Amino acid sequence: MLVFAFRRLLQAIPILLGVTLVVFGLVHIVPGNPIDMLMPPEASPEIIAQMKAAFGFDKPLYVQYFLWLFRALQGDFGLSVFNATPVWGQLIAALGNTFILAILAAMVGFSLGIGFGMISALYHGRWPDKLFSALATTGVSLPHYWCAIVLVLAFAVMNDFLPAQGMGDDAEPLYNRLQYLVLPVVTLSLIPMGVIGRLVRATVLEILGQDFVGALSAKGLTRWPVIRHICKNAAPPVLALMGLQFGYLLGGSILVETVYNWPGSGNLLNLAIFRRDIPILQATILVLATFFVLLNLLVDIAQAAIDPRIRR
Amino acid sequence: MSDATMDIAGPTLPKIDQQKLAPSPGYWKSVGQRLLRDPVTIAVTCIILTILFITIGAPLVTSADPFQGSVLMRLKPIGTPGHGLGTDETGRDLWTRLCYGGRLSLLAGVLPVTFALAIGGSLGVLAGYAGGLVGTLIMRVMDVFYAFPSILLAIAICGMLGNGLTNSILALSIVFIPPLVRVSETVTTQARQLDFVEAARASGTTTFQVIRHHVLANVLGPILVYATSLISVSIILSAGLSFLGLGVTPPTPEWGLMLNSLRQAIYVQPYVAALPGLMIFITSMSFNLMSDGFRSAMDVRLNK
Repeated sequence: MLVFAFRRLLQAIPILLGVTLVVFGLVHIVPGNPIDMLMPPEASPEIIAQMKAAFGFDKPLYVQYFLWLFRALQGDFGLSVFNATPVWGQLIAALGNTFILAILAAMVGFSLGIGFGMISALYHGRWPDKLFSALATTGVSLPHYWCAIVLVLAFAVMNDFLPAQGMGDDAEPLYNRLQYLVLPVVTLSLIPMGVIGRLVRATVLEILGQDFVGALSAKGLTRWPVIRHICKNAAPPVLALMGLQFGYLLGGSILVETVYNWPGSGNLLNLAIFRRDIPILQATILVLATFFVLLNLLVDIAQAAIDPRIRR
Repeated sequence: MSDATMDIAGPTLPKIDQQKLAPSPGYWKSVGQRLLRDPVTIAVTCIILTILFITIGAPLVTSADPFQGSVLMRLKPIGTPGHGLGTDETGRDLWTRLCYGGRLSLLAGVLPVTFALAIGGSLGVLAGYAGGLVGTLIMRVMDVFYAFPSILLAIAICGMLGNGLTNSILALSIVFIPPLVRVSETVTTQARQLDFVEAARASGTTTFQVIRHHVLANVLGPILVYATSLISVSIILSAGLSFLGLGVTPPTPEWGLMLNSLRQAIYVQPYVAALPGLMIFITSMSFNLMSDGFRSAMDVRLNK
């Protein structure tokens, strides 16, 4: 088991290196120096050269890459080109806000998805199956940015139940601040609910068709112990998908964060794109992708811990 | 197949008259029969055809100009005479905008999947069939792209390339290549190990012939089904890029962009503002259900 975990960890290193190359290369797929795009056209060449030197954009590309990588490994992502404050501080604050949303949405979405999927599979072909399958397909097909708008319409515009935007400020009591979470969390949890629900249904149906389930019932086990066995067998693929989905929640909340004006990493990324703030852009994408790789690594190890067949 | 088994067991079994057996329908014929028995798939296919008709044939179903606004007719509610679905923030007829807008939304949703299917599918079949160094190389590069959540990668590429329809199609194509490579590689590796493929290779069939007749025939179905399931995601994502201001630029009608520009109007005309999103939802839901229908119709194991 330890050997498997160690080998998996080693495999993640080249992927992470590749990720840094892609993130760095992404910025350079468009010709032109980031500073040239920011400076007004009437700026003198000396000032432009001075700015390039200050932000390190005057060196050859490969030198820029290694300098950037070396600093990034130490947690130093440089200064924002837009307002010259350290990138790291802005990123940490934004990531924290996104994490709150992602974790809550994952908890809601995963538990509903697993519940709906199990019920669908156990009542295969009957009305609970039809109802929950329709719900799961709806969750998968919803454009969540539209869903966010509709929820704002229903709960903030037509009725005054919940706040429409932002996350409140520290001065407000906890209960009020929790209200700001409700709509974004509900919106974000719909996709994981649908995706996980569909996979749980398909996996459990497949397991129900296997001989060992019949054997367990024939042996005299009652309903719940049989379901426990089914759960253990269904866990690895579901776990893998939950890892992916959590990564999507962290990295893909940009649209929902924009609608709700939630000060998270998605909002930061959106601003960075429109301000062409390269250091922030690179740092946000790199950190989110690294999280995603590490998350998948953890999921792989967890899968192997549950199912010995995966440890090879 | 049945002939061979009967020959082996011949002496012990009673002779079966071949004429009395019902002819077994071919695979695709039986898939078609199962599709015709599935009301949901038929219904959503009709919905998709209707959407295709009103978008491609937009001039037939509406006579208004999608770019012609009117200061007096801004943000009228649903049911206004002459503007059945109301008007948008510059007084343009929403029904007309929705019809014309679907063209780009559908195009920006279907094209990336088509490109990714061509590139990713070929790479995946190559990686699966060749295996070895080539296969490993392709798959490791894909692993790197897999490390990015899809929306994040699309937004990052689009954000760097600048806005525009071409860039958003390009960005989404890149995003969908890795999953298609993975799926095609998996099914090709499985197909390569099948006995009749081994037999064809052993009997000296050229690599091209083996891939064309034996491998592709067995992997194309699952790869296509997977690709159709991506269309729904692609439509949502491409409209999402436009919604962020990264895709189509105004005043071009496109559902994602319309949703964004009407967002400010939810306090004035909530139902009108929600309509473009409703179109995205109906379209993506229909593609999803159609893909599900094809998947279960093509899965022999589910339909014994």
